[in-house]
Amino acid sequence: MSAPASDRPTAIAVRNVTQRFGDKNSPGMVLALDNISLDVKRGEFVCLLGPSGCGKSTLLNIVGGLFDATEGTVTVAGHEVKGPSPRDISFIFQESTLYPWYTIRENFDVSFKFQKVAKSEWAGRTKDALAQVGMSKFIDHYPTQLSVGMRQRVNLARGIALGTDIILMDEPFAALDEQTRMVLGEDLSELLAKTGKTIVFVTHSLAEAVFLSDRIFVMTARPGRIKSIMEVGEPHPRSPDFMLTPKFSQLRNDLYAMLRDEVRAAIAIERGEPASAGAAA
Amino acid sequence: MTDTSNFTTRSIQIAFIAIMVGIWYFVTKTGSISPLFLPPLDSVWATFVRLVQTNAFWSSVRLTLWTIAQAWVIAVVLGIVVGYFVTRSKFLTEVFEPVIASTFAIPLTLLFPLFILMFGIGPASKVAYAATYGFFPVALNTIAGLSSVDERYLRSARSMGASSLDTFRHVLFPAAFPVILTGLRVSFFISFASVLGGETLSSAAGIGKNIALAAELMEPARMYAWIVFVICITVTLNFVVSAIENRRREY
Repeated sequence: MSAPASDRPTAIAVRNVTQRFGDKNSPGMVLALDNISLDVKRGEFVCLLGPSGCGKSTLLNIVGGLFDATEGTVTVAGHEVKGPSPRDISFIFQESTLYPWYTIRENFDVSFKFQKVAKSEWAGRTKDALAQVGMSKFIDHYPTQLSVGMRQRVNLARGIALGTDIILMDEPFAALDEQTRMVLGEDLSELLAKTGKTIVFVTHSLAEAVFLSDRIFVMTARPGRIKSIMEVGEPHPRSPDFMLTPKFSQLRNDLYAMLRDEVRAAIAIERGEPASAGAAA
Repeated sequence: MTDTSNFTTRSIQIAFIAIMVGIWYFVTKTGSISPLFLPPLDSVWATFVRLVQTNAFWSSVRLTLWTIAQAWVIAVVLGIVVGYFVTRSKFLTEVFEPVIASTFAIPLTLLFPLFILMFGIGPASKVAYAATYGFFPVALNTIAGLSSVDERYLRSARSMGASSLDTFRHVLFPAAFPVILTGLRVSFFISFASVLGGETLSSAAGIGKNIALAAELMEPARMYAWIVFVICITVTLNFVVSAIENRRREY
């Protein structure tokens, strides 16, 4: 990836997004996101990192048009997001969103049907995408016949097959074991370097965030705000050796330092203790 | 399941039936039970053979099976339609699911005389009664199935721009199908039992009527011949339903 991120056009613009659950004046109101603004450049890989309950998945769903923000706007490809826009944005969720009642091929077909892709393209797109993740052999298997790691490969392939410029990933590797996760991360880095897609990735994992991202948005405990932004500054595709460098460890440690207080604050909120304990004031 | 364990279970099941028949044979042979309560196996068999050669037998069987089929189809259609509309909102589900569930808990047999009053002693009253009873498991399972569909499946479909018809066809229905199928099965056997029970209580014709009549006329061999026939039908139908279920559940 040659051009510095700052020179590229903006793919996603989030402006003053606030999300409240419940009535504004009621005591049960939860402020999930508080006045968030951020830009994602075209071709950039961005991570949203934060403690549980900080609203990172909510933010992703707002960007993808699955939720309407209480306040603020999201602009994608020059249009304000008002609902799902399957032509521009696809989601990759955990591997369990493959429909177990369909084979891999049928899962892809149904996705294309939902997205209104011309039928003549279905077979070719499925074949190409599965080949990219090395899963061509399993096209007529049911998802339950595959291991969790294989299923997630298929799921990544489906996201790629949908052919959108933007992919939003909601903790796609959360159900995988550490080792499978690392290998899939490497493959993902390689795949994305080839395609040049814009990615927003939600994760809990510090190592995953550093390994995959161009930039990492660290969020605070509820209500979610952007606490800081970390530049990784390492070209894609990244080899697993990157994880062994001092730079990687340094970034990972810095992230941990930023996140530690927020994680404690999130735990305090879960226990119903006063949120002030360690939260960013 | 492996072939061996399948073979073992089948053998035990067949042995169980053989033992029941054996006990029947011995208690009637030794005279330790009055032939009025349990006639000897051979006399039941002889009666059964004579019975199946009559036209009256087959017309009764046809009538009863036709009554069951009508009742079940009505129950299934109504149950799925009601289940679908109730699950269109959380509010409706919260209001109606408990109402349907607690109505189902009432022994609806209490209302059987009402069905006779409204529909007469012909098959119509049995159809209405069995359809009413059979409606509940279908509706309840449709509600349970549709409202427990994993939210992530729906969210993923929505993110890909699925229309509501597509979502129903490719996501909601297949996801809920195993649960709905259980409802269909329970409903079928409830309809079956309700029709036979209704015929036994008050009817002009049908299998149930013949069983009740044989008992009143003190003809236990004929009564048992009918009962054995009903058991055979039930076992056969149960096999058919299980086979369909297993095929559908392969995924």
